[in-house]
Amino acid sequence: MSSYDAIVIGAGHNGLTNAAYLAKAGLKVLVVEKNDYIGGAAVSRELQEGWQYSSCSYVCSMMRQAIHRDLDLSRHGLLLVPYLGTVNFGDGDERLLAYHDEEAAHLELKRHSPHDADAMHRFQTDLTRYSQLIRKTLLRTPPDPTSFRPRDIMELLFLARTFWSLGEKEIYEYVRFFTMSAAEFLDDYFENDMIKAAMASPGIIGTALGVYSPGSSYILLHHVMGDVDGSIGAWGLARGGMGAISHSIASALKSYDGEIRTEAGVQKVLVEDRKAVGVVLENGDEIRSDIVVSNLDAKRTFTKIMDKADLPDGIYEKAKNFKIRGSSGKVNIALSGMPKFTGVPDNPYLNRGGQGFCGSLETMERAYDCWKRGRWSDDPFIESVIPSAWDPTVAPPGKHWMSNFIQYCPPKLADGPWTPEKRDAFGQTVIDKLERYSPGFKDLIVHMEVRTPHEIENEIGLTEGNIFQGELTIDQLFFNRPFPGYGQYRMPVKNLYMSGSSTHPGGGVSAACGANAAREILMDLKRPNTVPEDDFYDE
Amino acid sequence: MDRYDSIIVGAGHNGLVCAALLARGGQKVLVLEAAAAPGGLAATREFHPGYTASVAHSISGFSAAVSRDLELSSYGYNPGENPLPLIGLSESQEHVTVSRDSVSGVSDADSRAYRDYRRRMAKFADALKPFWSKTMPRIGPGSLRDLLTFAHMGWSIRKLGKSDMQEFMRVASLPARDLMEEQFSSELLKASLSWDGLIGSRMAPRSPNSSVLMMLYRMAEDGRGLHSIPAGGASGLIAALQRCAEAAGAEIRCGTAVRKIAVDGGESGLTATGVTTAAGEQIAAERVVSAADPQRTFIDLVGVEHLDIGFTNRVRRLRCDGLVGKLHLALDGVPEFTGLDAPRGRLLIAPNVDAIEFAYDDSKYGSCSAEPVMELTLPSLCDSSLAPAGSHVLSAHVMYVPARLKGGWTDAARQAICERSIARIERYAPGIRDLIVGQEFLTPADLESDYRVTGGHWHHTEFAMDQMLMMRPTYGAAQYRTPVPGLFLCGAGCHPGGDLNGLAGYNAAREILE
Repeated sequence: MSSYDAIVIGAGHNGLTNAAYLAKAGLKVLVVEKNDYIGGAAVSRELQEGWQYSSCSYVCSMMRQAIHRDLDLSRHGLLLVPYLGTVNFGDGDERLLAYHDEEAAHLELKRHSPHDADAMHRFQTDLTRYSQLIRKTLLRTPPDPTSFRPRDIMELLFLARTFWSLGEKEIYEYVRFFTMSAAEFLDDYFENDMIKAAMASPGIIGTALGVYSPGSSYILLHHVMGDVDGSIGAWGLARGGMGAISHSIASALKSYDGEIRTEAGVQKVLVEDRKAVGVVLENGDEIRSDIVVSNLDAKRTFTKIMDKADLPDGIYEKAKNFKIRGSSGKVNIALSGMPKFTGVPDNPYLNRGGQGFCGSLETMERAYDCWKRGRWSDDPFIESVIPSAWDPTVAPPGKHWMSNFIQYCPPKLADGPWTPEKRDAFGQTVIDKLERYSPGFKDLIVHMEVRTPHEIENEIGLTEGNIFQGELTIDQLFFNRPFPGYGQYRMPVKNLYMSGSSTHPGGGVSAACGANAAREILMDLKRPNTVPEDDFYDE
Repeated sequence: MDRYDSIIVGAGHNGLVCAALLARGGQKVLVLEAAAAPGGLAATREFHPGYTASVAHSISGFSAAVSRDLELSSYGYNPGENPLPLIGLSESQEHVTVSRDSVSGVSDADSRAYRDYRRRMAKFADALKPFWSKTMPRIGPGSLRDLLTFAHMGWSIRKLGKSDMQEFMRVASLPARDLMEEQFSSELLKASLSWDGLIGSRMAPRSPNSSVLMMLYRMAEDGRGLHSIPAGGASGLIAALQRCAEAAGAEIRCGTAVRKIAVDGGESGLTATGVTTAAGEQIAAERVVSAADPQRTFIDLVGVEHLDIGFTNRVRRLRCDGLVGKLHLALDGVPEFTGLDAPRGRLLIAPNVDAIEFAYDDSKYGSCSAEPVMELTLPSLCDSSLAPAGSHVLSAHVMYVPARLKGGWTDAARQAICERSIARIERYAPGIRDLIVGQEFLTPADLESDYRVTGGHWHHTEFAMDQMLMMRPTYGAAQYRTPVPGLFLCGAGCHPGGDLNGLAGYNAAREILE
């Protein structure tokens, strides 16, 4: 006799979304979370009194609008604000200012290169066009190309038709785009290295590839295929920090009578005659359910909370070979005031948006070379945002909160494991670089949280601290995600499913993985589907 | 004199294969080669009095089908009996020897893993093999034949069976490094097996997407990617092809560079009508077939004024920068490699995958590898004609040596990388320096000027997912026909690609004769 219809392991935003849709269909759902807070990597925490830290993810763009509306997240307190005006800082004193006003932006680009100013429009149109194809697949379950089931064949035909209808020219452009390096892709458009660097930055965030590595231009697309209020590629902030997203989904879940239990880490998934029948918590409690959904990454699911003996042959090895590499760090800073950056005109937008510290493609690639060698670069790529400039709820009046994302930071160091000293040294590298561009920056620091892949893994449970729950390379995308043959959210043990970013469509705060998994579960239970179709009013 | 049916630009092996087949098809064929002798990158050069070497120092997977159709054996082509083993050199003298079905110098676990690895890769290679000798379908409202080709391609993958197909779809785009990490524990073995997925391309062990496909491409023939030195060296193949083409009636004129491909606009629109040689001679023909690389063919020989701008842009976009340097040493004796009975085989100096990766890193910024990795052979061990009696030739492919060196190529720069390479070899063969009587180092820039290959790229243009199959060199020219009627391609720059397998020339000839 099961006490729950479904148990979801991990209260990350995908787990919560999955639970919400199962509960919406009338299932009795329990979400168990090891931490004493929910949200996983989409979290706001008051680490310093009066400041709300979005400790991990810090901006939002990929959240599926259809889910936002369908779960009525706005009513549950979610407010996304597009943020404007990013400043890119060159290695020297050059600055590339991204004005919101189109003409101003064009003139600014022209200042660096008339050629590139003209190319920018073409670049953005192309990027948007490429993103349309993937966006169509986000809320769809990938077909299994090795199966002859009508459903898979239909889906394959749908994809083939969509792809074919692009025509020779477009297919050529797509294949190039999907397989080549971000640097080569950008060479087609731009000549100015600083502009290239600024455009390339989404191509390396979170990945163990460099701007010169084939495949990095797909990562670039993965970061720009989202939208805020329908404007593709726009980035937004969640009022109250990223935790607001998780909390609004959790609130939706509760409105469907779903339960969440925190400080309830799962020690093991219970399997009886090849069926998942529940979980055993770290405190020894046993909770039984008809269905178990793991929102943990594939590696953690199959190597940490499952018995190798419970798995069919080869799965454990597949999980061990799953590519999930930590490559990012995070430095979150509470500031006593708004930092002033040199060489940036006093424009109401410019000092309020994001900052990109990526002078050139070579600087970025050299940072990657350091990562390969098990160290961090003295001159790392930093992407910063000061959400408090837009959102008064994340810092006390007059004070500010700054998120700094760093690429690259190795999960293991060449000179042995991470220690608090090394972690602080890493943080020092980052604020030293910030101080270079904003003299007096250090004096503004009230409190600082430094997170290397080591912290990210241990606090949130992302293996190696990989923010995507697995590399976004072709061998691990679409029907290959997490492993070929298991791309449809059903896992090798009956009644066990996965809902995290280890599944299609992959990392990012999109809620799509969790929703897709829910659709498959409900289908198996022969319940009416509660998961919305994606809609493209913006196309 | 009556008009030629086909003029073939360049007497590389693909040009010769194409010439032979066209001549056999009853055409009057003229092959124009700028160099003094045919062969292109497979031609032999005397780099020191009495010592000769070829840029392609060994041959892997020359298509058996081509060789059969051309009856090459009857023209003296002998692929060479036992293929060369691949020997990963170790400074601690624990060398790893990879031969066709087994590997020695590694743990039992690794040699067992190697057998499975070999079996699976061979199966994948066989599934892909039919693709290489087919003309790629054109995307879009295709003819029935095109659709059938697609169906056939899909089916040969599906035939692998569920689990192998799934594995194939995962492995096909894997970086060499990950593929190796999954199977083996020996660092030296990992590096050695990665080698054929990387050499000749702008790829490092960590680069995704194309290196496994490159391995499978090279494993398509029975040799399974193992190299051999045919009788008479690589030039033995070229000599046989030349005899074969001439026997069929093709005329081969060396020392005649083509300056322009003549394009005339009649009322029927533009067509290729012949060529103008460097000497200014105009030779007319029904059609021109270029074995030169796509950029040279379209940008230099045809000229952008005759091409649609979109097409020109795509050709300019092709990635054609080579990264392999060539070291030739004239030795008066057999060098001794510590811990090796005889230096017979392809000797790899690449202790681990990171060594290759880090060597690559330098080239990303336009410099030569500080610690180059390389593949050595002594072709003279198999072919005594290459060096005086008792003397030998050492031939090495050195990675990574950028075509566009930061600051440009100077003799000093060439000398530096040459010296660095020799020093690296010395660590495995102490005393080799005393044997050196002559030496030469060819950078990709030298290959470009000496052999007229843009960027000195082995495969004329990068063998990468976005530049292969129906995208090679680019759509509009991927079926050997080009936007200019009467102009065809038959070189490594078109499907299936580079290496000495002759398939590009073979496929092109089939299309032309149709």
